[in-house]
Amino acid sequence: MSFDIPKVAYLARIAMSEEEIAAVKPKLENVMAMIDDLVKIDTTNVAPLASPLEQYQTLREDVVTETDQHVTYQKLAPKVAADLYLVPQVIE
Amino acid sequence: MFTYSIKELAHALAAGKISSQELTQLYLDRIAALDPKLNSFITVTAEHALAQAKAADKKLSTGEAGPLTGIPMAHKDIFCTNGIKTSCASKMLDNFIAPYDATVVSKLNDAGMVMLGKTNMDEFAMGSSNENSFYGNVKNPWNIDYVPGGSSGGSAAAVAARLAPMATATDTGGSIRQPAALCGISGLKPTYGRVSRWGMIAFASSLDQGGIMAQTAEDIALVMNAMAGHDEKDSTSIDLPVPDYTTKLQDSLKGLKIGLPKEYFEGLDPKMAELIHTAAKALEAQGATLQEISLPNVKHSLPVYYVIAPAECSANLARYDGVRYGHRCDNPKDLLDLYQRSRAEGFGAEVKRRILVGTYVLSAGYYDAYYLQAQKVRRLIANDFHAAFEKVDMILGPVTPNAAFKSGEKAQDPVSMYLSDIYTLATNLVGSPGLSIPAGFIDGLPVGLQLIGKHFDEARLLNVAHQYQQITDWHKQMPSI
Repeated sequence: MSFDIPKVAYLARIAMSEEEIAAVKPKLENVMAMIDDLVKIDTTNVAPLASPLEQYQTLREDVVTETDQHVTYQKLAPKVAADLYLVPQVIE
Repeated sequence: MFTYSIKELAHALAAGKISSQELTQLYLDRIAALDPKLNSFITVTAEHALAQAKAADKKLSTGEAGPLTGIPMAHKDIFCTNGIKTSCASKMLDNFIAPYDATVVSKLNDAGMVMLGKTNMDEFAMGSSNENSFYGNVKNPWNIDYVPGGSSGGSAAAVAARLAPMATATDTGGSIRQPAALCGISGLKPTYGRVSRWGMIAFASSLDQGGIMAQTAEDIALVMNAMAGHDEKDSTSIDLPVPDYTTKLQDSLKGLKIGLPKEYFEGLDPKMAELIHTAAKALEAQGATLQEISLPNVKHSLPVYYVIAPAECSANLARYDGVRYGHRCDNPKDLLDLYQRSRAEGFGAEVKRRILVGTYVLSAGYYDAYYLQAQKVRRLIANDFHAAFEKVDMILGPVTPNAAFKSGEKAQDPVSMYLSDIYTLATNLVGSPGLSIPAGFIDGLPVGLQLIGKHFDEARLLNVAHQYQQITDWHKQMPSI
């Protein structure tokens, strides 16, 4: 398995300890061994199927339908100040 | 009265034999008495339910009631409910009070149904045993040492134990049909796009579909009338007229062509095969014709599903970042630490595994080999189903390889757990409707019969299931808990 768990965990933004990586490795190896069978299937000239009904995404009229609900939504946020979502300092 | 179907309850309400408030209290009392054994509810909304029941009683008394007015029900905790905790069984959303109703919730509210509470499930709908919930395992009411199936295990256990006459559920790879089968109830996954996904917390967007669990096919038809339909807020919702799903229930099965895929019976447990063949013969005796068909690429469903579903899951669950809502870690030292620790603490083990697999198959250098290849094989599977539906009206087979397994039995090997859904995955990949109905027992545990239809042919599936339920009583069996 070429699955570099620390690298993929970084891409997925999930912190993982050495112990967690060791514990998940055999389970991921089983899953990847099952998935690896796919690679051998001949799909020459087969187009990918992204959505079962192959419908196009519908577009609505370009008019404003949303009302401002930031007060309601920001009540759910862990940290808010002056109507802004707060995160740790990004720029020094 | 708790053993009644929705149709029977509606008659009792209309005849004034019981009020919706009395009926609601009856179910709330059952939940209080029995659910500690099952853990099928995450949140019980007694006050909300009794207020809805009071409003329903007013409509019943003034002649404004519809066929579902005053009927109690439960929502899987994946559907957003305005002002009520909507957790998706995850620590990540343990503190999330949804600020709006899902379209499914609004529609059933509009129909006058009464929400008893929110049911337990596998975290973010990822699992086949309901052992992946932040709120603890759900137990199978037929034997509490066994799993109820998943991911809609709470809804299935609640309906099976008659804690609610009906519950909503969702199905991404079998999450309605597999737990319905393992708990001995009826469950419908409608055609992809038939029921709105708006406000239904996303797992894998090209596969997810909301549906219904109830005792009978007839009850499912009644609820589908209220739940199905186009929703402009869901861009994958299909704008087609909604039929009255009850009108075809009484149709004869004469001339109906049913296909039995040989691949679904190769290596199948002999006890399961016998029950499924017995059910097929019963339909044949009612006028249907049976024929063997082949779905040669269906054997690839498992790897295709376990590339596409994790890929879509990793994209959908990227939104949980600890910034706007959901769990946030304490004292993050910088933005990266905030993301990484909030997600590490908020997600459970199975969800993390699927995010990792999905991130990997979408990453540079592997996208073509895995994700694009899976989409191509998905088309091969879909082509098999389309070819089969040129010859037959519907497909019949088992829902699961076996009856329910013991809690913990498959916890250490994800692939053996994933195999529980081997007969249900393809239906999601091709977008077809799939129905599970009780078809007998193996060693005292219920098993299900699966009917798979052409796109938007739910009414025909429900017709066949209803006719089967006129000559069998598997759906009337209930566990003694």
